[in-house]
Amino acid sequence: METIKLTIDNKEIDVPRGTTIYKAAKELGIDIPTLCYMELHDMNIENKPAGCRICVAEVSGRRNLAPTCSTKCEPGMVVKTHTPRVLNARRTVMEFILSDHPKDCLVCSKSGTCELQAMAHRLGIRDIPGAAYAAVSTYRKDTSPSIIRDLDKCIMCRRCEMMCNEVQTVGAISAVNRGFMATVAPAFEQNLEHSTCTYCGQCVSVCPTGALTEVNHVPQVLRALVDPTKTVIVQTAPAVRAALGEEFGLAPGTLVTGKMTAALRALGFDYVFDTDFAADLTIMEEGAELLDRLAKHLKGDKTAKIPILTSCCPGWVNFFEEYFPDLKDVPSTAKSPQQMFGAIAKTYFADKIGVNRKDMVVVSIMPCLAKKYECQRDEFSVDGNPDVDFSISTRELASFIKQANIDIKTLHDEDFDSPMGESTGAGVIFGTTGGVIEAACRTAYELYTGKKLERLDFTELRGMEGVRSATIDFDGLPVNIGIAHGLGNARKLLDDVRAGKSQFHAIEVMACPGGCIGGGGQPLHHGNSDIIKARATAIYAEDRKKSLRKSHENPFIIKLYDEFLGKPGSEKAHHLLHTHYFDKKKKIMIKK
Amino acid sequence: MSKITSLADLKKKREELKSGLDIRIKAINPETIVQVKVAMATCGIASGAKTVMEFFLEQLERRNVAAVVTQTGCMGYCYAEPTIEVKLPGKDPVVFGFVDLKRADQIIEKYIKTGELVDGIIPMNYQTIDLKE
Amino acid sequence: MSKYSMHLLVCGGTGCHASESDAIVCNLRDELEAKGLMDSVQVILTGCFGFCEKGPIVKVMPDNTFYVQVKPEDAQEIVDEHIIKGRKVTRLLYRDPVTREPVSDSKHMGFFKKQLRIVLRNCGFINPENIDEYIARDGYQALGKVLTEMTPEEVIKVVKDSGQRGRGGAGFSTGLKWELARNNKSDEKYVVCNADEGDPGAFMDRSVLEGDPHSVLEAMAICGYSIGASNGLIYIRAEYPLAIERLKIAIKQAQEYGLLGKDIFGTGFNFDIKLRYGAGAFVCGEETALIHSMEGLRGEPTVKPPFPAEAGYLNKPTNVNNVETFAAIPVIILKGAKWFSSIGTEKSKGTKVFALAGKINNVGLIEVPMGTTLREVIFEIGGGIRNGKKFKGIQTGGPSGGCLSEKHLDTPIDFDNLIAAGSIMGSGAMIVLDEDDCMVSMAKFFLEFTVEESCGKCAPCRIGNKRLHELLGQICEGKGSLDDLDRLRNMSVVIKDTALCGLGQTSPNPVLSMMDNYYDEYVAHVTDKKCPAGQCKSLLEYVVNAENCVGCTACARVCPVNAISGERKEVHLIDPSICIKCGACIEKCKFDAIFIR
Repeated sequence: METIKLTIDNKEIDVPRGTTIYKAAKELGIDIPTLCYMELHDMNIENKPAGCRICVAEVSGRRNLAPTCSTKCEPGMVVKTHTPRVLNARRTVMEFILSDHPKDCLVCSKSGTCELQAMAHRLGIRDIPGAAYAAVSTYRKDTSPSIIRDLDKCIMCRRCEMMCNEVQTVGAISAVNRGFMATVAPAFEQNLEHSTCTYCGQCVSVCPTGALTEVNHVPQVLRALVDPTKTVIVQTAPAVRAALGEEFGLAPGTLVTGKMTAALRALGFDYVFDTDFAADLTIMEEGAELLDRLAKHLKGDKTAKIPILTSCCPGWVNFFEEYFPDLKDVPSTAKSPQQMFGAIAKTYFADKIGVNRKDMVVVSIMPCLAKKYECQRDEFSVDGNPDVDFSISTRELASFIKQANIDIKTLHDEDFDSPMGESTGAGVIFGTTGGVIEAACRTAYELYTGKKLERLDFTELRGMEGVRSATIDFDGLPVNIGIAHGLGNARKLLDDVRAGKSQFHAIEVMACPGGCIGGGGQPLHHGNSDIIKARATAIYAEDRKKSLRKSHENPFIIKLYDEFLGKPGSEKAHHLLHTHYFDKKKKIMIKK
Repeated sequence: MSKITSLADLKKKREELKSGLDIRIKAINPETIVQVKVAMATCGIASGAKTVMEFFLEQLERRNVAAVVTQTGCMGYCYAEPTIEVKLPGKDPVVFGFVDLKRADQIIEKYIKTGELVDGIIPMNYQTIDLKE
Repeated sequence: MSKYSMHLLVCGGTGCHASESDAIVCNLRDELEAKGLMDSVQVILTGCFGFCEKGPIVKVMPDNTFYVQVKPEDAQEIVDEHIIKGRKVTRLLYRDPVTREPVSDSKHMGFFKKQLRIVLRNCGFINPENIDEYIARDGYQALGKVLTEMTPEEVIKVVKDSGQRGRGGAGFSTGLKWELARNNKSDEKYVVCNADEGDPGAFMDRSVLEGDPHSVLEAMAICGYSIGASNGLIYIRAEYPLAIERLKIAIKQAQEYGLLGKDIFGTGFNFDIKLRYGAGAFVCGEETALIHSMEGLRGEPTVKPPFPAEAGYLNKPTNVNNVETFAAIPVIILKGAKWFSSIGTEKSKGTKVFALAGKINNVGLIEVPMGTTLREVIFEIGGGIRNGKKFKGIQTGGPSGGCLSEKHLDTPIDFDNLIAAGSIMGSGAMIVLDEDDCMVSMAKFFLEFTVEESCGKCAPCRIGNKRLHELLGQICEGKGSLDDLDRLRNMSVVIKDTALCGLGQTSPNPVLSMMDNYYDEYVAHVTDKKCPAGQCKSLLEYVVNAENCVGCTACARVCPVNAISGERKEVHLIDPSICIKCGACIEKCKFDAIFIR
């Protein structure tokens, strides 16, 4: 590739043609401040609207300052990133941005992790001239089951819009209004609930300020813990243990399974269980469904829907209910692990410990914001009592632990409680893209062929490519697997299914880039995709450590079927562990 | 509407259409061409001014004289109707009386084409506001 | 030969249209019908004559009589007097503002005398809804010449050599722009005409489209041939219904003649034009925003490069030119680069259309050679300042431009001189200010527009302009300080330096130029808390002149807030802390004893 030579802050550098000044500077170790720019380089996700104008620099021969994030290097260019003119401009623009921002940092949920706050500090802003009479653009607050929008805090970085439209192709939010009142909102400034939002939470995970945050359910959880009449059960999703440590200063990819368990127990949960257990259960049900449909399909039964699509991701379920309601009988009917857990906890386990379901509170710790919506779905409750009462995100749990002055780093590892804390490696890998289908293959292979699987690591299913495919040899039967993470990628596979062009037998979809480890409820990555990769590595490490790595070998799952459910796909299993989907395509209604 | 399929076609069309705008194009600089005003008040029309006007309109064009022919009101020489005023570029206007078709023909051939005066000139005794400017 | 011996041209521009020029046409036709003159007198609705101040206008051809401010009921008199009796209707003639003498021929009016109409050559002359009249005026000859006698490179060379610069505001070389678009290889390219005229007070593009739509269509086809495009799009604001209507008619007629469509002039060249409607956002005049709007996206700009010539509409090479730029192209082709470049100044060739507005006698549309001075425009063409007031400044380039003062009056107008003087050419709106205009309030007024029209994408424009506007408001209210003036300047400079697109980069121009040229007035607002022009209400004080006051108590009785005290037959006093400056006392006082300071 052609390289060009330029000078940045008196240092020469050669870069490939097409490189932006911002990236070239970074190579030289010059960290130009910016608010709106964001790149997740392994995922081809880049946001550069050139809107914040903080990253400006002087470029030789140019009349005005150049936004370095979106200005390409030219041969012989001379760039200066910290002349007095640049510094004055940056400061003045930063003062503008701060002048249109609420000053309630004390009680803002982003305080401490807010990029705007950090930038104000970095640029040494100590007062905001004219603040006494400066108007602040204010908007109606909007609370949905999962996400709170407080657009007074929006700085128009447009990251959420890019995530929602370009990456996820959900199109729930985009820029509205003009000038000073410009912000990002659903069409006609409706509530998020009335938009096409899937609650994947990717907007929240990239928001630099407190404009987009999760609904905080910690107070409700605390109230349940305080109530002596309640038995409070907690379940933790696989991806949480690979990311929680980041909130406490541990390196990304540090597994804190045992410390997390200890902290939850210390917080006063009566039973600390693992969603991984329910993940194993999911594999039993979904695997059985896959094999059933596959067998019918191979026999030429046209009613058997192939490919089968995974259904454990609630953002994904919301997506196809919204955009592909015509395909709603294609995904597996198996509930997500969170909901299978709740259903079993409030029946089998409640009976076991002799607690009425009304007196049992099931809390889930999820890397996800869509889970908050999922556990509020009507079909997941019995007489108004939800199977899962509250879902809190990894970030909320971290905050809860901090509130309780628990030093997670000094805690000794503890184990999950029995029986619903026992899991296999297959359950763990649910947390990353490709994991569910890998877990399903481990079980389906053995059940279908009756042979023991020699190689458990299906490396061909792993990786960070947005759309991946592989063919797994089921002892002579080639099974075509498709994997998509990110809803935009899922849409591509779905379009093929709709058009009848899909060659796959089974497809795994995760709404968030990277899968659950990159979920909307995880500690903020601040645009560093290496963090997401480190979490994936940790997940696979946890899998390898496990003595049991196939769901159908989980002894407590076997026991659950023996004592309670019968066999996978039984009537009872269907009643408790399966669901159905709805046509939720939004009809645009404009009030006249 | 028939299509214009070549530049020659367009040029031909332009020539055909040009006369439609003649009056306006000539009006841009009327002092550079011949201006003929025919008195078309009741007295003039009664004496045959309309025929004279049509004659000028038709013959000037046929004889390739760039001219503007307009009607005007009574010039006050009712005894001499039909009357016309002819203004050649750079010259003062001249009024002719008793203009029948024969005299009209003379006016075109002699006065307009060569500047040679013909019978029937009436001395001017008024100014128009145009001249005041 | 034509059967008509007389033509009545009635202005059908939007302004005259609003003043019932349609009814004038109807009445004229009715009168002619009644008098049996329909066969010899033709009534034609034309485009704008430019002299909007005096509209509606009726021009009688061939004797070139220019009637102004005609009302529908005047039709009878025009027919009876002028057409039948040959007597000009003196009361409808234009009167010279100085001599008060009637002037019948527009050539002799100050408004038209200094004008050179290239772009507006057909406006007010032909019927814009009749392609034949355009053809009679050499219409589509340039396209024919280009397609049959010239290579695209030769066309681009002529346009380059003519020295024409884009009339949309930035003044980029038209020929160079075409060359860039030509050099980008692609299976599909687009020619876009920017008719999103958004400056308040600017209506040159609208007038061209209403008065001579074919000139733009022809030029777009020429451009298409030059850059290798077969699709043209006109982005026009939906608020221009008349221009849209005339464009639709023009496109249809050109298609019927085969002057647009497939195989034009049998040369194998295809070119067609479609309309795209804008919703009236000022920022959509910026070419990248315009393109996004046409694509159905939010109308907001993106960083250049990539320029539209590389990746424009639907990511294809696209050439965007303004209406006025296009309208001159056919003339440039027919008369040659040399002819065009002989008009104007060294670096700005040809003519420029300006819309005159504000405190000037002859409000309207004018076209003058580049290099004409502001003095000629304001005092000769514009007829001077209204009501005999004193000239104070002229805002050129609309709200994005700057305000030039007396010292700039003899500056020849061209792209570079205006920039050097601290303003811009912009699209050509000119707003004249007189002694009664406060330069702080005016800056605030212009900013109000840019604040309203900012798309909100970049922080300096979205928030910075708002802050400028607020601070100007503070100063107008007497709450400013000298420090604030420094802050005003710093914010303005930074916004210009950092904003994403032309809108933000120019929006502080009024503030900066007015501070440069009228700094004393700004200082008076912040140190003396006075508004020298007497416009800023908060800074005014109502005072009783003791010499004139006879103590009649009339003022005290009318004051709604009881701010005036004083015994009968004694001098009264106004308490400034109570006074709300409503002005009731001044109106009531019969002795001129109350004044504002």
